[in-house]
Amino acid sequence: MSGYAADVAALARKDLKLELRARDTLPAMLLFVLSTLVVFHFALPEGSGDEAAYGLLWVAIVFTALLGLARAWVPEREHGVLDGLVLATSDRSAIWLGKAIATFAFLAAAELVALPAFALFFQPLDAAAIAGVALANVGICAVGTLLAAMAAASRTRELILPLLFLPLTIPLVVGGVGSSISAEAGDYLLFLALYDGVFAVLSWATFEYVVVE
Amino acid sequence: MIRAEGLEKRYGRKRVLRGVDLAVGRGELLLVTGPNGSGKTTLLRVCAGLALPSAGSLEVEVDRSRLGYLGHEALLYRELTALENLDLYGRLYRVPERRERIGMLLERFGLWDARGERVGSYSRGMTQRLALCRVLLHDPELVILDEPYTALDADAAELLDRELAGLVEGRAILVSTHDPARVEPLATGRLALA
Amino acid sequence: MSTSSSNSRVPAIAAVAAGLVGLSLVLIFFVAPEDADQGISQKIFYFHVPIALTAYACFGWGALKALLYLWRREERYDLESYVGIHQGTIFGALTLVTGSIWARASWGVWWAWDSNQLVLFLVLFLFYSAYFMLRFSVEEGPRRANFCAVYALFGVALIPVSFLAIRLAEDFIHPTVFTRDGPQMSGTMFFTFCVAWAGMTALAYALYRVELVGKRLDANLRDLREALTT
Repeated sequence: MSGYAADVAALARKDLKLELRARDTLPAMLLFVLSTLVVFHFALPEGSGDEAAYGLLWVAIVFTALLGLARAWVPEREHGVLDGLVLATSDRSAIWLGKAIATFAFLAAAELVALPAFALFFQPLDAAAIAGVALANVGICAVGTLLAAMAAASRTRELILPLLFLPLTIPLVVGGVGSSISAEAGDYLLFLALYDGVFAVLSWATFEYVVVE
Repeated sequence: MIRAEGLEKRYGRKRVLRGVDLAVGRGELLLVTGPNGSGKTTLLRVCAGLALPSAGSLEVEVDRSRLGYLGHEALLYRELTALENLDLYGRLYRVPERRERIGMLLERFGLWDARGERVGSYSRGMTQRLALCRVLLHDPELVILDEPYTALDADAAELLDRELAGLVEGRAILVSTHDPARVEPLATGRLALA
Repeated sequence: MSTSSSNSRVPAIAAVAAGLVGLSLVLIFFVAPEDADQGISQKIFYFHVPIALTAYACFGWGALKALLYLWRREERYDLESYVGIHQGTIFGALTLVTGSIWARASWGVWWAWDSNQLVLFLVLFLFYSAYFMLRFSVEEGPRRANFCAVYALFGVALIPVSFLAIRLAEDFIHPTVFTRDGPQMSGTMFFTFCVAWAGMTALAYALYRVELVGKRLDANLRDLREALTT
């Protein structure tokens, strides 16, 4: 494995190990997404139309992701480990990529529960919808991981992450909902891929500046 | 191996370092002293590349992978074991014969028996010793130590004395400490920050 | 730092801006013909669109300065980026206000989700408001400058992506009930539009320079105070 890929793998593995040991973030995300879906059942008035539920699925996903992202950099804040990683890696973007991959794994795990639950409570999900979820996950994790690193370094931490994150999720929600309900799901999936491409590259290129003064 | 001229570091309006000059070559040990708040930690962070200078020049002849840094914080994951921490750093630094080297360092610093325990359960002194293992893991040519004697008991401090004495050969070392008398015999140069 | 020479140009810039804005006001209200369908409310177009275009330009300028900061690491780029984005946010807010007024005048509603421009600005306004929250929640210094620069670059990438998203969302968000034709502009109308556009751009630039002067003065004052007390 090339050096960069090995670094990313080692870092992602470390995050998975940490979560497996602490077991606090993932269960919280699972419970949160289920609770949110139940709340939505009561939030949808009679006769809202089937399609309204899809919108709510995306709201649930975005906020569940926020929950996970708020905790993403906590281990690195203790004992100033981030400095250690910054010194040890030849390409700092590996830190971002490793963390983003681990976050993606947690979000996907939460969705493995959320999507069937959604199909059970509300509406069925077709292949296009699931592809939309997968593609949107990439965007969420790419952008969210970088923003979470910024938020971790700010004074207001948990407060500021949603403010930074939510506007950037709007295109993702459009793409996601579109792929769930539109006849031209392909357009929306393509759009999600475009978002992923643009913002993953941007995050990858600028992460260095977020961790070095 | 490391040379700085007129180094300045500003955080917003606060000027922490003003016009610092230093030069440390192979086989030399620079002792950095000064009262609290004089900028010792900032200077060492700048030298390590964790912060960029606001003004002045800094030349570091070695690559980041040949640099070892010990800060105020241990730079170790609390929830991972000593072995896991060192293994991660060993991989990132591409340390050859990683397992052997980790074992050797843990032994040398008296942590072999505790290698499978979470760092979170370590005493302050054990954490500091493990941090020293981390610093030396990749056999750095430039070693930067910010108050390395913190929390070390008499035995561990003597161990560090011996380590430093052995390290100086062929390496450049910067040490900041509150207890200059201890490092004085080894120092080839002294820098006092106001 | 050649602040004195660049500061001396500010009054001239402000004068030019005032002149252009004055000229455009004259053109808008006295020269440009009234639109057959929309009447006098159509005049808001001469404010709304130039303001929107100027806001885009400000955000772009802010992102450019941000890029320069990350590349060159000179403090002034951070300040210039911040002021550029500040102006952009002000003009963005004005875009929302003028757009809302126009919607009210044209269709009787204060907000229209199918107006792509308006929705895009709402998203951008949220995004750039968060920029300021970010800036004020981090200690002044290189880290804050880095964060703001990176965020500014994200903003400028968000503009086209959001625009595309909103276009796509037209499909399923709201049926297009109201139609508004892009004005078929006669020669005079087009000329008026161009002057208004130039006026808004000049105004933004003048405000940008004035704010920069103010902020630099603040910074110099603080430096002086620090130098005297140490």
